Amino acid sequence: MNPLTAQQLIDLAYIIAVALFILALKWLSSPASAKRGVLAGEIGAVLAVVATLCNYEIIDYKWIIVALVVGAVVGVPLGLVHMTAVPQRTALSHACGALAAAMIGIAEYYVRLPHVNKFEMVEISLEVIIGSLTFTGSLIAAGKLQEILPGRPITYKGQNFVSLSVLGAAVLLALWLIFHPEHARLFPVMVGVSLIFGVMLVTPIGGADMPTVISLLNAYAGLSAALLGFVLNNKALVVAGALDGSSGFILSVIMCKAMNRSFTNVMFGAFGQVQVSAGGQKEERTVRSASAEEAAAILGNANTVVIVPGYGMAVAQAQHKVRELYDTLIKRGVDVKFGIHPVAGRMPGHMNVLLAEADIPYDKLIDMDAINPEFPQTDVALVIGANDVTNPAAKTDQGSPIYGMPILEVDKARTVMAIKRSMSPGFAGIDNPLYYFDRTLMLFGDAKAFVGDIVRELAGGQ
Amino acid sequence: MTSDLINNLWVFVLAAFIGFEVIRRVSPLLHTPLMSLTNALDAIVVVAAIIICGRHKSTLSTVLGAVAVAASFSNMVGGFLITDRMLRMFKTTRTKKP
Repeated sequence: MNPLTAQQLIDLAYIIAVALFILALKWLSSPASAKRGVLAGEIGAVLAVVATLCNYEIIDYKWIIVALVVGAVVGVPLGLVHMTAVPQRTALSHACGALAAAMIGIAEYYVRLPHVNKFEMVEISLEVIIGSLTFTGSLIAAGKLQEILPGRPITYKGQNFVSLSVLGAAVLLALWLIFHPEHARLFPVMVGVSLIFGVMLVTPIGGADMPTVISLLNAYAGLSAALLGFVLNNKALVVAGALDGSSGFILSVIMCKAMNRSFTNVMFGAFGQVQVSAGGQKEERTVRSASAEEAAAILGNANTVVIVPGYGMAVAQAQHKVRELYDTLIKRGVDVKFGIHPVAGRMPGHMNVLLAEADIPYDKLIDMDAINPEFPQTDVALVIGANDVTNPAAKTDQGSPIYGMPILEVDKARTVMAIKRSMSPGFAGIDNPLYYFDRTLMLFGDAKAFVGDIVRELAGGQ
Repeated sequence: MTSDLINNLWVFVLAAFIGFEVIRRVSPLLHTPLMSLTNALDAIVVVAAIIICGRHKSTLSTVLGAVAVAASFSNMVGGFLITDRMLRMFKTTRTKKP
């Protein structure tokens, strides 16, 4: 057997890298083995990059090194952001990934001109369209999450028609280019139209739908990388893209199920418009409110407490105060758990990361299906900054826009306490009957301040 | 050219199935680190960017390649860094108190 050529050695390195990537994801199945997973991924990535740098096609290293340094300088701060900024960071990294894929696709087209066959052109145009729309779409999502752009859905009449026409134009341009790849002037137009479509895709989507949108953009970013692998005939990219794409797709499906909505409904449903009709019956109903002192007394005398956090906890940065409350209650012998809804927060798993950052042990973070059977035996359900995910109307009121959405059944607990700034409806603008129940106590105030007050009362009362 | 397409489709379909099976088992606790880790793995496009940038076919391809190297490498560095940071925060009741 002949010794391996340099190119075969590089391919071998790619195969090992890809195997390590799969192991990395496999080890992410539990928090105990997850750190090993990251290490496997890192080794795989280093191996692939080093092998690539040995490629004989590379004749000039200057710009590669400059770009790698720039990438590291940008990447390190992006890796050190605060945990509350993780959703927008994730959106930004989808944008970076898609940008890279689109740039390479564009460069390949111009390098191969005028000898581009139909198959190559199909791959390139599909790759560039998806990469470009994911790039701008992710930037818009990041802007909304960072609150540079308004988080509410921005809609206008005939929006879906206009958006789909723009996408249609991109597809028509791609079709034309497939049969006439030499019409190079049309190529930048196709890129531009795809970039515009990305903006139009995400602007009508509201903040509460961000977990689905981020997951979907993740799937697109993966798909564009896989398609790039097709263009370059690079199987490492095909596999990594397929893994990333399937991850994004699975997360999107989980998020959609957790809201009882379809992809189409999230993308084109404009959640914001449903509320207007839903807000019809506005009778005066009474709520019972309680002070921090009363809340502390109830919590202190409880045996079991389930805390239900939502995006409001993240906004108020209340997670560290919540940890203090957790510690105080645990010290008194109260059994405290956290009930986590899959779409609580702005991205999949958002609440878990925030609570883990606040040093709450992860075996106390229980997902919806596991915690729901426990609510009937729960003394106090404490809702902090969550609204729609606890709304019993989702189970009972067929006219409610969120009817059918699985919820955390806090209404089954013996006492419900909800910390809320005011009685204004939540993000989706839907009134929550939970607040008018006899067993519900409203704790009006800022989540961080209120939890702090409860902790103080509990400490003083000892 | 078409046999390449078919080969790549084979790889894509099999990899997607592996992806589904592996990722379905990821604990919902870790969905945020999952996303940042797959982002970092996806940044493997940096290898394609390095070749485009380094083989210097034209100024345009070098510039586009350099942008792609910077964008994807920032993803790789940042993605692994933040995933590692997040996973370090996940502790159990047993490991929490020394």
